[in-house]
Amino acid sequence: MAELTGKYLVGVFDDDDVILHAIPKLRKAGVKIHEVYSPFPIHGLDDALGHPRTRIGIAAFLFGLTGCACALTMMTWMLGFDWPMNIGGKDYISLPNFIPITFEMTVLFTAFGMVTTFFVTNGLSPNPAPVLFDPRSTDNKFVMAIEMGKNKMSEEDITKALRDLGAGEVNIKQF
Amino acid sequence: MASVHAIPSIEERFEFTSGAKRNLLIGGAIGLALIIIGAFLLANGSGHETAHAAENAANAGADHGATAAQHEAGAAGGHGGSSWMTRIWANIWLNAVYFTGISVIGMFFMSYNYLAQAGWSVVFKRIPEALPSFLPVTGVIMLITFFLGGHDLFHWTHEDLYDASNEGYDAIIDGKSGFLNTPFFLIRLVLYFVGWYFLWTVLRKASLEEDRIGGLTNYDKSVKFGTAFLVFFAVTSSTSAWDFVMSIETHWFSTMFGWYTLASWHVTGLAVITLMVVTLRERGYLKAVNHSHLQDLGKFVFAFSIFWTYVWFAQFLLIYYANLPEEIIHYKERFSGYGGIYRAPFFINLILNFFFPFLVLMTRDSKRTHSILKLACWSIIVGHYFDFYVNIMPGTVGANAGFGPVEFGFILVFACAFIWFVSAQLAKANLIPKNHPMLEESLHHDIA
Repeated sequence: MAELTGKYLVGVFDDDDVILHAIPKLRKAGVKIHEVYSPFPIHGLDDALGHPRTRIGIAAFLFGLTGCACALTMMTWMLGFDWPMNIGGKDYISLPNFIPITFEMTVLFTAFGMVTTFFVTNGLSPNPAPVLFDPRSTDNKFVMAIEMGKNKMSEEDITKALRDLGAGEVNIKQF
Repeated sequence: MASVHAIPSIEERFEFTSGAKRNLLIGGAIGLALIIIGAFLLANGSGHETAHAAENAANAGADHGATAAQHEAGAAGGHGGSSWMTRIWANIWLNAVYFTGISVIGMFFMSYNYLAQAGWSVVFKRIPEALPSFLPVTGVIMLITFFLGGHDLFHWTHEDLYDASNEGYDAIIDGKSGFLNTPFFLIRLVLYFVGWYFLWTVLRKASLEEDRIGGLTNYDKSVKFGTAFLVFFAVTSSTSAWDFVMSIETHWFSTMFGWYTLASWHVTGLAVITLMVVTLRERGYLKAVNHSHLQDLGKFVFAFSIFWTYVWFAQFLLIYYANLPEEIIHYKERFSGYGGIYRAPFFINLILNFFFPFLVLMTRDSKRTHSILKLACWSIIVGHYFDFYVNIMPGTVGANAGFGPVEFGFILVFACAFIWFVSAQLAKANLIPKNHPMLEESLHHDIA
């Protein structure tokens, strides 16, 4: 995740349902929401925020394809050219024999690839600097961050809208 | 979002229209006509094929399993009636096994959903619930077929195999006679169908009563009897696979076979359920089924098509690798035996049941799209017909197999009868189980 800069309005909510229903109303009023933080997953939050769907499936498919190709290339080269061995009188290059390892390598590449992709895209390097708009979002509060630089509405208007929609507090966070 | 979609009415009655009945009758009549034409053609052109079959089968046996192959060929030609009658019996048996599978999977699906206390599947529960109503039909057909055509289909039913003084004595088959003898076979056959059908009637009755009076008693009862079915089916799914399919090639056996047939039945049943849900939705029924239900059904079909392939391959690889004569003959017959006529269905089987649905159903959106779901389901439904075709035909008709009017006719007759029974069953109750305790959860099913 890129380094955050700028000024943020932070709405703190007590209830997941309240924040969930506040989102469409805020978006309708023209407020651009940066992100919502919650102690637990809220069903339907992604849709409400209008986040684009994850593309990790495409990445997974490509990783799987890579693993499949690697496995077949590896075994064809090893058993067909580098060190041919007679196993049960089968051909040196025989597809049925290769399938279990091809399957394993496909799964391995997909799994590692997806985990790595996930870490990279989410900025989860070792010793990450956590982005916390409010530490209570890891405990019992639901926190909505609104980046002022990307919003045309005035700070007062957004604060008022947040309070009207059920935010207990509205704080300012400067990075 | 906590259910943004409006929930449509749950009062729905499926109407089995007279038009639909007429179409099914016409379909069945066409099927019957095709069978008669096909049988006539076969009976008039099959005089020389019997000897031919024995010769080809012996070739398939090559060096090792020659005796076995001759025995199988004996079953196909020498012993029983004419080869075209064998082909008729084999076709009836094949379709009966195939549709038995689809029917019993309806019960299987209901049962594991009850045992898991699954909520999501409740809204279309009536569809798997309707499938087992066809079981008595296939049960009776199989019983009659065994009595009339058993000698043509099952090599092990011949008496002379068990007489040590006889020239045709077969020590291997004699060794299996403790399990594979006619009385015990008949007892098992009846037991399967009575057991499956009885447990289904309990669940069905409970389900209908629940519609009337609500409450939890019927749900609890269904969980209990569903679990009992699963225990019963755990054993009978394997043994019925041995009896119905594996015993045809009496010498050959595979320890994977029970699983293999269950996997085959299961994915076909799921494809039929999905296809029915989609079709009903397209006709304006089941409005409460949303895209999340469809995606989950698609996942089920996708996952179990892979599971079938896994079992198929597990069976194949071990036999291929070990290369034992008495095992590999099974694949040799299908791959190069009988003039190679089974090679095409052998590969069609893999393409339709694995490669096509695997690639087509992989993405999220395809599992939510009616047309793609239908395509994948049809591929699996047709593909698994070939799965059973490849398993049953070589051991029964051998080189006389083909794909002509007889095959199409029997498929048509069985399919029309099946649709008739299921539709009649669907029309008997509200399409959505309105007092099911998990209905609310199912209506709001949302996997985003």
